[in-house]
Amino acid sequence: MGEKEQRRIIEHPILPELKDIKKVTIYYDDKPIEAMEGEAVASALMNAGIRSFRKTVKTHEPRGIFCAIGRCTDCMMIVDGKPNTRTCVTYVVDGMRVQNQNGFGIDSEVVK
Amino acid sequence: MKNFETEVAIIGAGSAGLCAGIQAANAGAKVMIFDENHLPGGQLFKQIHKFFGSREHRAGIRGYEIGKQLLDEVEKSGADVHLNSVVYGIFDGNTLGVVEGDNHYSVKAKKIIIASGGKENYLPFKGSTLPGVMGAGAAQTMVNVNRVLPGKEVIMVGSGNVGLIVSYQLMQAGANVKAIVEAAPSIGGYGVHASKICRAGVPIKVRHTVLEAYGENEVEGAVVAELDENWNVVPGSEQNIACDTICLAVGLNPMSELAYIAGCEMTYIPLLGGHVPMHDENLETTVPGIYVAGDVTGVEEASTAMEEGNLAGISVARALGLINDEEGKEIADNFRNRMLNLRSGAFGEGRRIAKATQVEAFNEFQAKEGAK
Ligand SMILES: Cc1cc2nc3c(=O)[nH]c(=O)nc-3n(C[C@H](O)[C@H](O)[C@H](O)COP(=O)(O)OP(=O)(O)OC[C@H]3O[C@@H](n4cnc5c(N)ncnc54)[C@H](O)[C@@H]3O)c2cc1C
Ligand code: FES
Repeated sequence: MGEKEQRRIIEHPILPELKDIKKVTIYYDDKPIEAMEGEAVASALMNAGIRSFRKTVKTHEPRGIFCAIGRCTDCMMIVDGKPNTRTCVTYVVDGMRVQNQNGFGIDSEVVK
Repeated sequence: MKNFETEVAIIGAGSAGLCAGIQAANAGAKVMIFDENHLPGGQLFKQIHKFFGSREHRAGIRGYEIGKQLLDEVEKSGADVHLNSVVYGIFDGNTLGVVEGDNHYSVKAKKIIIASGGKENYLPFKGSTLPGVMGAGAAQTMVNVNRVLPGKEVIMVGSGNVGLIVSYQLMQAGANVKAIVEAAPSIGGYGVHASKICRAGVPIKVRHTVLEAYGENEVEGAVVAELDENWNVVPGSEQNIACDTICLAVGLNPMSELAYIAGCEMTYIPLLGGHVPMHDENLETTVPGIYVAGDVTGVEEASTAMEEGNLAGISVARALGLINDEEGKEIADNFRNRMLNLRSGAFGEGRRIAKATQVEAFNEFQAKEGAK
């Protein structure tokens, strides 16, 4: 899926239509991303077409969400400077800064 | 560090924990409920299908509407719900360690109910860690709670109820489900769900599995193959299916760690998802005063989780002497009967037997302890 393509589900056959969404802006590696107030960081990124959130410690493989309920830690990123933040259970705040996490996210030297 | 005291402490504000809290608080107990989420309801708010069962099981109502009803009832009951509050341990069989936001405190309770739910199983195959491979429940959370499509072209692995329901919900959200892959020779879930899927034109490939997910940095496709009677891949049956998402609906397992570290004796019952705490017919574990309810004591459905919550709530109220015993027994029997109704028929019978085994394990353990 292209990065431009929105994935937001506005109309739905059962759930109420998303109307009057309050928008906030978060920054992914310094790039502004429009997010919906109250949503998880992971979902704001997914809506923007970003699904690869971090690289593993030893083999630098990409990881994205797996459980989306805060159980598996696959979705950890650096949020407002804090590494190992589970983005599926962390909610967007206007001006929040989110970075792809490499390894432990503390000191990239550690994981080399 | 602050120390609090309460009559009943409940871990988890999902279907089971909320029902337990409502019953106990309505009987007059001082109740504190803890949940690490920022909102109560556990998995209920992502369940947009209509529930089965009879009227007392709130059949015909959609999960998220039941969630709203429960929140209303819990508010009226006076139970105190603490959100953003992780319970990290149970000490001396009666004290919870809690981290609520930046605060750390302990809660001493006369009765504890663990209702911490379950989590999704993983299935290893080549490429299964690529972004785009996720639990079916994760996809359900994304579309129904966060209102974002995790992908557009989906392959579902597993045809149990979760696989079927979530496939349908992904389609309702606008995704294209290309196939449901099932390793067993027949469809796992209810016929009603399966026929909805078939009517929508989604092939359910039984005796098939996913061998590989491929893609540069994310899923771009899957290799699916047929299995023979011995579950071996039929050579030459491999086919490529382009997709951007692979959902795994291969079961759930109980999050029973808190019960385990509290010293509750466990028993292994694969049909219930693995290691589950032994308990008696009132859902009390081998540690006196610690009760369990919902997925943590065997993965089933939201409707059974609610009934177990009801039973655990009434059981602690009885044990605290808040209801007269005659009346309490009648109410508890009624909840037990409702559970038996849910655990009947071609799909429920196995769970009824498994749950009975769990109570038997408790009785055997107690008899052995008594003989010592
Ligand atoms: C992702 C997912 C999707 C599901 N979808 C369906 C479905 O569509 N239909 C269906 O019938 N069944 C579904 N189930 C199965 C499940 O049986 C029911 O959904 C039901 O909600 C289980 O209720 P529960 O109260 O036991 O657990 P949950 O609803 O999971 O509630 C447990 C709560 O405990 C909290 N918690 C856990 N540990 C701690 C701790 N240490 N400290 C503080 N809080 C804690 C969690 O945050 C959670 O809110 C699903 C399960 C999952 C995991
Ligand atoms: S996806 Fe599992 S913790 Fe976030």
